Amino acid sequence: MSKVKLTINDIAVEAEKGMTIVDAAKLVNIKIPTLCHLNIHDIKMVNRTASCRVCLVEVEGRRNLAPACATEAVEGMKINTNSLRAIKSRRAMVELLLSDHPTDCLVCERNTNCMLQSLAAELGIRKIKYEGAMSEYKKDSSSQALYRNSNKCIMCRRCETMCNEVQTVGIYSAVDKGFETVVSPAFGLPMLDTQCVFCGQCTQVCPTAALTEVSHVAKLWEVLADEDLHVVVQTAPAIRVTIGEKYDMDGVDCTGKMVSALRRLGFDMVFDTNFGADVTIVEEAHEFIQRIKNGGRLPILTSCCPSWVKFIEHQFPNLLDIPSSCKSPHIILGVLTKTYYAEKYNIDPSKIVMVSVMPCIAKKYEIMRPEMQHEDQRNVDIVITTRELIAMLTEAGIDFKALPDDDFDNPMGESTGAADIFGTTGGVIEAALRTTYEWMTGKELKEIDFHSVRGLDGLKEATVDIDGKPFRIGVAHGLGNARILLDNIQEGKEEYHAIEIMACPGGCIDGGGQPYHMGDIEKVKKRMEAIYKIDAAKPLRKSHENPYVKKLYEEYLGEIGGEKAHKLLHTHFTAREKI
Amino acid sequence: MAKNMSEYKVDTEKLHKLGDYMDSLERGEGELINILREAQEIFGYLPQDVQLFIARKMGIPAAKVFGVATFYSFFTMEPRGKHVISVCMGTACFVKAADKVLDEFRSRLKIVNGNTSEDGMYTVDTVRCIGACGLAPVILVNGKVYGRVKPEDVATILEDIETDENMHSEVGLQQ
Ligand code: SF4
Ligand code: SF4
Ligand code: FES
Ligand code: FES
Repeated sequence: MSKVKLTINDIAVEAEKGMTIVDAAKLVNIKIPTLCHLNIHDIKMVNRTASCRVCLVEVEGRRNLAPACATEAVEGMKINTNSLRAIKSRRAMVELLLSDHPTDCLVCERNTNCMLQSLAAELGIRKIKYEGAMSEYKKDSSSQALYRNSNKCIMCRRCETMCNEVQTVGIYSAVDKGFETVVSPAFGLPMLDTQCVFCGQCTQVCPTAALTEVSHVAKLWEVLADEDLHVVVQTAPAIRVTIGEKYDMDGVDCTGKMVSALRRLGFDMVFDTNFGADVTIVEEAHEFIQRIKNGGRLPILTSCCPSWVKFIEHQFPNLLDIPSSCKSPHIILGVLTKTYYAEKYNIDPSKIVMVSVMPCIAKKYEIMRPEMQHEDQRNVDIVITTRELIAMLTEAGIDFKALPDDDFDNPMGESTGAADIFGTTGGVIEAALRTTYEWMTGKELKEIDFHSVRGLDGLKEATVDIDGKPFRIGVAHGLGNARILLDNIQEGKEEYHAIEIMACPGGCIDGGGQPYHMGDIEKVKKRMEAIYKIDAAKPLRKSHENPYVKKLYEEYLGEIGGEKAHKLLHTHFTAREKI
Repeated sequence: MAKNMSEYKVDTEKLHKLGDYMDSLERGEGELINILREAQEIFGYLPQDVQLFIARKMGIPAAKVFGVATFYSFFTMEPRGKHVISVCMGTACFVKAADKVLDEFRSRLKIVNGNTSEDGMYTVDTVRCIGACGLAPVILVNGKVYGRVKPEDVATILEDIETDENMHSEVGLQQ
């Protein structure tokens, strides 16, 4: 790469050709404030709207200030980031934004976690200069998953870039004009009536509280306080490696502390979604082998991700025969809690409240689907995100770092390494392969790690030899990549035997309900490493070896893929409109 | 799902006409605006289902079509009345009580929701400054400028429109 030489605040900089002024300044540790700008290279999320103008800097010889996020650093440039004019203009831009922004920071969902708020603090804004008319928009919590409050929108349009370009769902557009401009779904529809899949990736990039999850914390506090109820919690594979971030434990496996913390919050039982994941794998591997044996529809698609399921329902309604009919792991654990566990311990299922702590916003929507019900009982009653759990721990004054380690409760607390890797892209298919291989060949799988399906590449492929036959595996994460894969299948360009899709880039470790990474993809990479470490350290790493899963089938379900298993653990899909 | 044309809640024949127009176009810059113009020409306004039809046929998000349709003032999402009365709400007109004129039109025509009278004859809407501030308050009736309008004049203006209408239909000029 060729280099260019320039100076920033009289400091000589050698930048790579093509770099923006913002990035060149970073090389010499000068921070230029930005707001709308976001470049997450690994997942191809680049927001170039240059709409907020808080990054204005002085470039010698130019009459106008230049937006540093959108201006290339070129040979010989002399830049001053802190001339009086630059400072004043940047402040004026922020003051302008604030003049049409509610100032209810004290009671805002993103209080202490909002980029507009920290920018106002960093620029030392002390009063809002321009008092003008405020836009007033209706708030939308129709989906029980994604909360939209356009009054807090600053028109950076990051959500639009994420949804339209990365996820290719295409929910948002800037609509109307002038002062009335707002980012909105088509026809201003409530989110529930659109093809939104509730991946929540837009909440990960929104700098303010314009897009967040619909919070169920208040409801959960009430439930926990009710002596009459038996409140059971489960945590997804990807929570244990992200919850520590709040306490400066990035990339640390916090399983033990997390379980302790949940007990302190007052849950009666702490189960592990991982157990549900092991059950998912034995059911799914069984289904896969059946399809191969009976000449059934291939590829088989994993169906653990409710966003991805909703995506195929809207976008590829004629491919609804390829996903596995398995419910997702937390739903499976929910059903089993209200049937198997309730019967075993003689608890009235109507008194059980099943709570899932998920990395995901779509799971809030998923539990409302009519299929996720058994004999008038919802499979899962409440879903909270990692972010909401952290908020509850903070509210309860729990000193997370100082907590002792604790273990999940049996009979649904034990899991294999195969379940742990569900939390990252490639993990579900790797887990399925470990079991499918052994069941099909009757031999022990020695080389258990499938490296070719790991990592952050958007589309991954592998050919696995099972009993002399090559099996083609495809993996996609991020719905834009999923669309490419499905287009290829639909057009008959590619043939696969099995496919894994996760809606969120990186998989659940970067789910829409995870702690905000603010564009720092290194955080996501650390989460991934932590997950594979947990798997490697487990004594059992194949789902079908889980002794409690075996027991579940012996004591309760009967045959794998049998009638009872089907009734409780499987579901179906519905074609939906494209809007 | 790709819908059949009959599944859209609008006139199928008109939809076919729009489809044919779209097929005749070359892909390129400004394509969407031209299509929306044509659609408005055919339907008189841009119903939701027509926007959906366009989005699906072009393979773009419906939100984008809606975004463009709301950005330009000459697109309308409501059926337009036969006669369009636009009241200027620019600063000059506003301080000369244009809002009173607007209210008078709406109450005389019994428009409560939206901008169009129930019989579909009149649409009353507002515009930004049209540059005739000296005549404030200003209204446009079917494109023709009226200046210094007082609420008391509204009744006469409506009568004039009606007389015009009758004259035209009597001599068979109505199109
Ligand atoms: S909703 Fe959030 S991400 Fe979207 S434009 Fe508004 S502030 Fe930006
Ligand atoms: S939740 Fe996902 S699909 Fe829905 S608007 Fe946000 S990014 Fe788009
Ligand atoms: S950060 Fe540069 S214009 Fe918004
Ligand atoms: S303000 Fe009405 S014409 Fe200028």
